[in-house]
Amino acid sequence: MSELATAHAPPVREEGPDDGADLTIVRARHPWRWVATAAVAVLVAMALHALVTNAAWDWATVGQYLFAPSIIRAVLLTLQLTVLGIVVGFVLGTVLAIMRLSPNPLLRSVSWTYIWIFRSVPLILQLLFWYNLALLYKSISFGVPFGPALFEIGTMDLVGPVTAAVLGLALHQAAYAAEVVRSGFLGIDQGRLEAAAALGIPRWRRFRRIQLPQAMRTIVPTAANELIGLVKGTSVVYIMALSELFYQVQVIYTRTGRVIPMLLVAAVWYLVLTTVLSIGQFYVERHYAKGALRVLPPTPLQRLRATFTRFRREVAA
Amino acid sequence: MSAAPMVDLRGVHKSFGGIEVLRGVDLTVRTGEVTVVLGPSGSGKSTLLRTINHLEKVDRGLVRVDGELIGYRRSGRKLHELPERQILRRRSRIGFVFQNFNLFPHLTVLDNVAEAPISAQGRDRVTVLAEARELLDRVGLADKVDEYPRRLSGGQQQRVAIARALALRPKLLLFDEPTSALDPELVGEVLDVMRDLARSGTTMVVVTHEIGFAREAADTVVFLDEGRVVEQGPPAQVLDDPREPRTRAFLGAVLR
Repeated sequence: MSELATAHAPPVREEGPDDGADLTIVRARHPWRWVATAAVAVLVAMALHALVTNAAWDWATVGQYLFAPSIIRAVLLTLQLTVLGIVVGFVLGTVLAIMRLSPNPLLRSVSWTYIWIFRSVPLILQLLFWYNLALLYKSISFGVPFGPALFEIGTMDLVGPVTAAVLGLALHQAAYAAEVVRSGFLGIDQGRLEAAAALGIPRWRRFRRIQLPQAMRTIVPTAANELIGLVKGTSVVYIMALSELFYQVQVIYTRTGRVIPMLLVAAVWYLVLTTVLSIGQFYVERHYAKGALRVLPPTPLQRLRATFTRFRREVAA
Repeated sequence: MSAAPMVDLRGVHKSFGGIEVLRGVDLTVRTGEVTVVLGPSGSGKSTLLRTINHLEKVDRGLVRVDGELIGYRRSGRKLHELPERQILRRRSRIGFVFQNFNLFPHLTVLDNVAEAPISAQGRDRVTVLAEARELLDRVGLADKVDEYPRRLSGGQQQRVAIARALALRPKLLLFDEPTSALDPELVGEVLDVMRDLARSGTTMVVVTHEIGFAREAADTVVFLDEGRVVEQGPPAQVLDDPREPRTRAFLGAVLR
């Protein structure tokens, strides 16, 4: 009985003044956090050790081929395919997204059908279609629709392997890009669009100045995902015997037999390309975060500087 | 009864999916006067306001602002729907202040105010920016020109929205429950700005629940219920000596 009573009694006053000025805070201890840290550290050390000591990785060969002219050329082709694929893909994708949001039923269904087909058929199959376009149509003519042709050109001359690859990647990408862009526009608050209309801002200006920058906040992270996906996706093009990165390392290792180091060379380059893109993504996202966040996240440089000043202040104290 | 009416609504009908929101509204707002529209929620107040600048198309009836038909061109017995560009041009002389401010979050306060005069009215950028600063000063936000809207309080955001509407040099200002989304202690600062505008002779139509504002600033109070104008007249008459039982019931509920 008496114990219960004490539990409900008002807390006993500690000695000393109660303004808290001379009290120090003792941080809570996390012993298990330390155990987990130690375990992970050991695992990381083991992994690094295995990477360095096993001769089969053959780091010397990796170093030898990493900057070989043929590899550099292959990286540049990969980059070219990625850039063209993403730019053409997103331009076309934006058009498709606008068509799908249009009140016109024909535009809407054409866009829907495009997305349906190009998302459904595997990329590798689409690439082979474009590669073999000449089997479908011997020549392509430009002129009045259903009317006379102004000039004609052989399909083989117009759609070479690089063009076929870009076409395949871009048209496939456009279907995904359309949905990414559409999701960005769906996310905009209707009230703000109404405000823009009420202010009498012309339609095109409204799109560029009001809608697009707000949509970009949603579009950028997903678009960056798509872009990084495409960097690696270009490796599918190897079936068209285009000497992009993946095809090129295969050529080298079938000749030299050094499979693992050559695969590593490709892996390192894909890693580098993706890293550069991720850094770009950070700054683009930061740009479009203006006004959406109360405080912009610091750039890595700013963070480094802040840590440094804090460190100096602590040393000085 | 001196000047021509700024706003003239004749027999305006509007339905949303079978529900008749406006059932033949006639309303006249004279130039330089402040009209406050009162009414229970769902009475069609906001819809009425939105038909005035063609954010809602009317199903039947005519809306004229400063003698011009809104949204249509009349030739004989036919009304031709205007192309969007002309609707926008007529609209850009009517300022609209929303309940939820609807500022553009990615533009600074100054750019929010300056955007429409530059892009919709094609006015000179430098003049517009100077004028925008003056307007922001007038609503007491001279020190916030470079902030983004999200960093402002609700009352400050609504004052930016009012400055944005004023930047169009409007003939007419429409307010759709401008204080309903605000914390009680922020309502006063917005009403102060509106009172100022009323005194300076701006033609205003205000949908609000602020009876105090109606009493002080309105020239005419309109009571709307179930899509019809039930009663209208000077505030002293409508607010203090309402003739219609429905007006009396509404005021009784609001003022209690």
